[in-house]
Amino acid sequence: MNTLIEALYAPWPWYVAGPLIGLMVPLMLFIGNRSFGISNNLRHLCAITQPRQVEVDFFKYDWKEHTWSLVFVIGTALGGFLAGVVFANPHPVALSAAALAMIHSWGFAAPSGNLVPVELFTPSVRNLTFLFAAGVLVGFGTRYAGGCTSGHAITGLSTLQLASVYAVIGIFTGGLISSWLLAPQLLQ
Amino acid sequence: MKRYLPYLLAGTLFGFVLVKSEAASWYRIQEMFHFQSFHMFGILFSAIATGLVSTQAIRLFGRRHVSLDGQSIDIPEKPPGRKNYIYGGLTFGIGWGLIGLCPGPVFALVGTGSIGALAVLAGALHGTWLYGALKEKVPH
Repeated sequence: MNTLIEALYAPWPWYVAGPLIGLMVPLMLFIGNRSFGISNNLRHLCAITQPRQVEVDFFKYDWKEHTWSLVFVIGTALGGFLAGVVFANPHPVALSAAALAMIHSWGFAAPSGNLVPVELFTPSVRNLTFLFAAGVLVGFGTRYAGGCTSGHAITGLSTLQLASVYAVIGIFTGGLISSWLLAPQLLQ
Repeated sequence: MKRYLPYLLAGTLFGFVLVKSEAASWYRIQEMFHFQSFHMFGILFSAIATGLVSTQAIRLFGRRHVSLDGQSIDIPEKPPGRKNYIYGGLTFGIGWGLIGLCPGPVFALVGTGSIGALAVLAGALHGTWLYGALKEKVPH
């Protein structure tokens, strides 16, 4: 019993987390013949909030048919709350020595207990502007590509779809460009 | 309401795993893009392997199988294309490499009460809207 409770607080190794994430694909098919993916919800949220005067065709559809998907991400937030607040890991992220040295050279302190660095996520005007701007890239790109890490890298690749191979090549190339070239400059 | 409960539970498990595995951590994403740890690659590869084996099993044996709500299970195909997938992926990847959060972890971190993650979500909604408005003007 104690080990079970300890496991709820401890971080999970990749060989536990990865298969659980992969199981989302058959699980969503089993629950309601749905395709597992997160970023579509950004479109649904736009469809819900689009004012009548604006009327972009892309957001004119019956979002209520996708209520299941919105319920799923409400669950994701709830799961985040449970894992990150209720059963919060008492120890900071155990980064590799190489990664620690790298973020130090960027001017970041070692992880102190949060999943994200205070240097970037403390709600200052500068940070919030930066996070918003990068969020615009995430929102634009995922809808342009028709999916994100879940819909393309997990669902798409595991169902052998060429479209997702293209998307994942794009995603990883973009990530390499920004984490190697942009992040060290912009995050200082 | 009851028919949505399985989605709520599945989503809760997903969010829980994202935080527990630290896939929702900026630190882990930077570590991944700089190839400084196997952790994130282990998550991605084992997730894809699990999805692959289970969906192939559904394809092979699933003809008689129906979902909980009585539909026959079929695996949807993504629309054909190339440019939109590559350019869209690039744009998303550039954002991801900076702030270390993709859409799933954004929702999970909003759940932890992170104001920063809320700013990312607000940006992502505006970016999504921008794509909808510019859809006909970008190459597909």
